[in-house]
Amino acid sequence: MTSAAKNFDPAVIWALLEEVKDPEIPVLSIVDLGIAREVKDTIDGQLEIVISPTYSGCPAMYMLEEQITETLINHGYPDPVITTRLSPAWTTDWMTEEGRKKLEAYGIAPPEKTTTNKSVLFGGQKKISCPRCKSDNSEQISEFGSTACKALYRCLDCREPFDYFKCI
Amino acid sequence: MTELSKQDALVHYAAQIGDNGLIIGHRMAEWCFRAPSIEMEMALMNCALDMIGQSRELYSYAAEAEGAGKTEDDFAYRRDEKDFRNNLLTEVPNGDWGDTIVRLFFMSAYNKLFYAALAGSSDSQLAAIGAKSLKEVTYHLRFSSEWLIRLGDGTEESHERAQKSVDSLWTYTGELFTMTDAENRLLKDGISVDVAALKADWNEIIEQVLKQATLTVPADGWAQTGGKAEGIHTEYFGYIIADMQYMQRRYPGCEW
Repeated sequence: MTSAAKNFDPAVIWALLEEVKDPEIPVLSIVDLGIAREVKDTIDGQLEIVISPTYSGCPAMYMLEEQITETLINHGYPDPVITTRLSPAWTTDWMTEEGRKKLEAYGIAPPEKTTTNKSVLFGGQKKISCPRCKSDNSEQISEFGSTACKALYRCLDCREPFDYFKCI
Repeated sequence: MTELSKQDALVHYAAQIGDNGLIIGHRMAEWCFRAPSIEMEMALMNCALDMIGQSRELYSYAAEAEGAGKTEDDFAYRRDEKDFRNNLLTEVPNGDWGDTIVRLFFMSAYNKLFYAALAGSSDSQLAAIGAKSLKEVTYHLRFSSEWLIRLGDGTEESHERAQKSVDSLWTYTGELFTMTDAENRLLKDGISVDVAALKADWNEIIEQVLKQATLTVPADGWAQTGGKAEGIHTEYFGYIIADMQYMQRRYPGCEW
């Protein structure tokens, strides 16, 4: 930890990052999603935010970078550096407990807590519970939903379709 | 013949892997507004997005390794047919839904093994891209496998057509396991993947899924090659870049 050149309080920066929301799931911040990985300073003393993309082709990443920069500049942190880090690869395990609750309240089933083997080809999926009526009696309609990170399900009890945040 | 320098080999290698994703991603995106149902369309577009995203990372890395000030866009939009080193399998036309699914299945089975191996590369950026991509292509493999089983073990007509797709695309699969000069050059440093060694595992995945789909695995015969090693493509390729590169060719350097 280099504290000498640090002219920011990490707790304040993390709180600011909470204001940056996912454009597709506006109830979740990049902190809830586990996209924001690290707040530190560069060798030159600039504020650096390290982020990890959810999916390689996620179109929201560029927008998020711009939003982070804008939020920080608006709060008096000029020239922040945004660094993308691919390794270790982002996983839904990084989503916070708070984030999982917000997601479910928003109507999207949160990713399974994983002890399951993610590389299994078939039958790896457990029953997903409906975010509306909480029934486990659901079926998958489509492996892919409205964005790369979601799959489409249907509740067989309340009959509502719902998005499921895929576990990767 | 002089041997490729390590740097040149790395640029070739990263770009060549990127070419596979860009070209098959572009092909799948051609289904946009044309897929049989909205769920199928979303699935293909999401797979395509993953692959094009992977290519962006690979092209950016190729540009960085080259150190000539290029960007990912130079690789995608400002190269000619002969410079693209994708496997021919990725560029064949979409055909019917069965052809598209079989092509994606063959390619995803390969990608899963390939990226798993790349994750162990001694080059840290390629290893990071490998580990990240592996998660995505595993999902593509599941999606395409399930569809292939549905088609093969479906009606008489879907079975017959799926078998026809398997048989007609089989000739392009041999190229996946050939090694280029760049791959051989990087192999000794533990950077590249020995793709020839992936063939047995690939066969196992193919046999497992085709058996469940009640389809027959074709015998290996003469393999159609040329794209990966030499940039000699099928007659379909020119139309892909004519479409993809139109704006940069008509308005060089245009941005918006």
